[in-house]
Amino acid sequence: MKDLLKFVTCGSVDDGKSTLLGHMLYDAKLLYTDQRQALELDSRIGNKDGRIDYSLLLDGLMAEREQGITIDVAYRYFHTQNRSFIAADAPGHEEYTRNMAVGASFAQLALILVDASRGILVQTKRHIRICILMGIRHYVFAVNKMDLLSYNRESYLKIQKELEKIIDEISSEAFQKQNASAAVLPYESVYILPVSAAEGDNITKKSGNMTWFEGCPLLEYLETVDVTYKNSGSGFMMPVQRVVKPQSRCAWKTSSLEDTNFRGFQGQIENGLLHTGEEITALPSREKAKVEEIFVTDRKVETAVAGQAVTLRLDKEIDISRGSVLVTGKGPDVSSMCTAVLLWMDEVPLLAGKNYYIKVGTKMLPATVMSIKYSIDVNTGMHLPAQQLQKNEIACCDLVFSEKTVFTSFEQNKALGGFLLIDRISNQTAACGVIRHSLRRSDNLTWQETTIGRKERSEQKGQSPKTLWFTGLSGAGKTALANEIEKRLWKMGKHTMLLDGDNVRMGLNKNLGFKEQDRIENIRRVSEVAKLFNDAGLIVLASFISPFERDRENAREIIGRDDFIEIYVSTSLKECERRDVKGLYRKARAGEIPNFTGIGSPYEVPENPDIVINTEGKSLSENADDLMRQLEKWLL
Amino acid sequence: MNPLSHLDELEAESVYIMREVAAECEKPVMLYSIGKDSSVMLHLALKAFFPEKPPFPFLHIDTTWKFHEMTEFRDRRAKELGIEMLVYTNEEGLAQGVNPFDYGAAYTDIMKTQALKQALNKYGFTAAFGGGRRDEEKSRAKERIFSFRNTEHAWEPKNQRPEMWKLYNTRIKKGESIRVFPLSNWTEADIWQYIQREKIEIVPLYFAKLRPVVYRDGNIIMVDDGRMRLKEGEKMEMKKIRFRTLGCYPLTGGMESQADTLDAIVAETLGAVSSERTSRVIDHEESGSMERRKREGYF
Repeated sequence: MKDLLKFVTCGSVDDGKSTLLGHMLYDAKLLYTDQRQALELDSRIGNKDGRIDYSLLLDGLMAEREQGITIDVAYRYFHTQNRSFIAADAPGHEEYTRNMAVGASFAQLALILVDASRGILVQTKRHIRICILMGIRHYVFAVNKMDLLSYNRESYLKIQKELEKIIDEISSEAFQKQNASAAVLPYESVYILPVSAAEGDNITKKSGNMTWFEGCPLLEYLETVDVTYKNSGSGFMMPVQRVVKPQSRCAWKTSSLEDTNFRGFQGQIENGLLHTGEEITALPSREKAKVEEIFVTDRKVETAVAGQAVTLRLDKEIDISRGSVLVTGKGPDVSSMCTAVLLWMDEVPLLAGKNYYIKVGTKMLPATVMSIKYSIDVNTGMHLPAQQLQKNEIACCDLVFSEKTVFTSFEQNKALGGFLLIDRISNQTAACGVIRHSLRRSDNLTWQETTIGRKERSEQKGQSPKTLWFTGLSGAGKTALANEIEKRLWKMGKHTMLLDGDNVRMGLNKNLGFKEQDRIENIRRVSEVAKLFNDAGLIVLASFISPFERDRENAREIIGRDDFIEIYVSTSLKECERRDVKGLYRKARAGEIPNFTGIGSPYEVPENPDIVINTEGKSLSENADDLMRQLEKWLL
Repeated sequence: MNPLSHLDELEAESVYIMREVAAECEKPVMLYSIGKDSSVMLHLALKAFFPEKPPFPFLHIDTTWKFHEMTEFRDRRAKELGIEMLVYTNEEGLAQGVNPFDYGAAYTDIMKTQALKQALNKYGFTAAFGGGRRDEEKSRAKERIFSFRNTEHAWEPKNQRPEMWKLYNTRIKKGESIRVFPLSNWTEADIWQYIQREKIEIVPLYFAKLRPVVYRDGNIIMVDDGRMRLKEGEKMEMKKIRFRTLGCYPLTGGMESQADTLDAIVAETLGAVSSERTSRVIDHEESGSMERRKREGYF
């Protein structure tokens, strides 16, 4: 039976990765002849001396051929007698680090090229660091361009020694910060060999130019290396992808099924194995049930193993939905805080305190990066203090999830220890990360369930506590309107609290400035305060310019979607500037206030506000009448 | 030693991808082109959701120039399996008489690319499974499994969303859509071996048989109906041929072969000397033509 090896090739810009892979396929006769003809044709156009340029086989995108560099991962497929291979050719340039990480996340083995004529470069170390981070446990270093060094043995041995030292350094540096449970070595095998990709030495056959080298050629090594994942021995684990609905049965092969009311749980087994009749626990609910039937896709089996896509039927109905994790035994922790290492991939930098979606296993939920502990210099491994994180940077961070969820450390299990952070507005994959460990703090700081809660407090006051969030330009009339509404609510016997931007900044938030991270923290604190007042049963009126959609989204998330009423005071910039109650627009126009909303900095108009009030041409009392009418359905 | 073979691993990966889409995407559809890759995709979909029916419809873009045996096969399979099969044709193009003989590259654009966009817009699908494989062509080799399209259905190869481990970010804005390629990591040989292992039914055109053909620009073109135009000097003859890929009959080259059983086809394919896209006439036009068409919204 043939198995599958997935590997990634990396190296710096001119190390000759594409050439090496291209040459291997060409020599091993693993190319179809028309691809070979196209290659010979292509290289005659692009090349001066008419020699075959093997890299053209892999650099598929037109933009890349024009620039002569690889910007995205190219996947190549080939079979030999012994194995099926998928090779991901990853870009080496620092600017495309995230694309390299994509290739590395997919691979079981890394083939890293080193240009013997230039020695080990900063990039080589960066690539090792990324491969270790993404969980690769097997390494092959091809010391390339030996032809340029006249196949000199001493030069090779020097590089070999240096490589051995570097991989030990990088792997211990990546793991020293962890708790004692990390007895696992970050890598399992390392093979170093001298090659020439352009000339074909030690690629598919032993080089006659380097008889001093005793190891086997590259292809032979790739065909035989054992990359079987040695799991930590803990029990069965399966994140649930979906629940099979019993009502819409297929006409295909289902006639043999006895149970017409089939309800099953589908997923891929990520660890261990499972037998019919075993007891499983569903996390996070911790409810238990026995396994009645196991199907590997459509085939009923007694036992299923890691890697298989299964559907499980249980002996009783328990609380399981997408994102639940089924385990035997105790299973992993359920927690809402962790420490993780992130690779930032978005153009928009990471700021602590910002809210994202996190996808871990099959679960997606809101999460906040609470703090950046330190960034890690991807070239040197140095830990550096950091306020924010730019694209292609790596950092160690603490994360808090919106609810308790199931995860493991990445070393323990890739599927439940790796995650994505997704920008809630742009939907971009902002970062990928690996969980180092859960934080106990969240267990010790469990939410104090008090006997008297929001419900009791608001019932006593006979009102439903909401936060009315007034957003709009400076001078739009937000605070005047909020003030008027509060007066009216007070007259009706309602209990209220008004939070105003300027006032909050004089007290609670007086240590905050106007930089981006301060702005985010300002809104976060205000939102938490609003939520506490809501918990006290009060109706909160919050008046904040809050010009950015992402900040308002953050506030909405903290306060709760159902309790957050967005009121957009839509007075135009022209009118606000004409009023200029505080003289701020004049100053901003004179250049005295940089980044003033509407002048030097944009105001993002809310996409779906609950209520819009335009104050132009109407009196305060008319506007308040209008708003009170619209608020009725929420407050009364 | 890994207890799963490479086919087991590929199957499990495709099933995982299909289940993720069904669980997370608002309105998925599976494109069905009737070819062998579509047959494998359909088979995987049946397995992935068993005993439930695949929780999405299937869509065939019919240029009206498909082989007759293909449309018959499509209708019969849909009926047998009880799956929902949508068929869409660009009626405007049809009315204008757009055909593969007079329109060249414009034919593919109007009857396939534009028709596909029209169909996706008509039904408002947010995710469409396609049977594309990365071993087919160089620009495909760089495409992600989840490939994002803007509101114009265009692909931006320079700014692809990173795809890590098996975590797929399926979030999109209104009007955007995702093309999902669950067979990305399969090769042509894998497809044939899997068809053999799973005994998957495929269109009879894949098996060698005596068929009426003409030789044209190095390709063997089958004369499937009376609309086929013969050029001067071309004459129809009977040859034992089969097809490695299927499409519109005037644009699909067959090959002379004696392989009339699955075992013979697999044996022939594993020893093949030319990659399968040589039999698609449009790919030869120029280096990079596939990438250009994909950017414009072709599958």
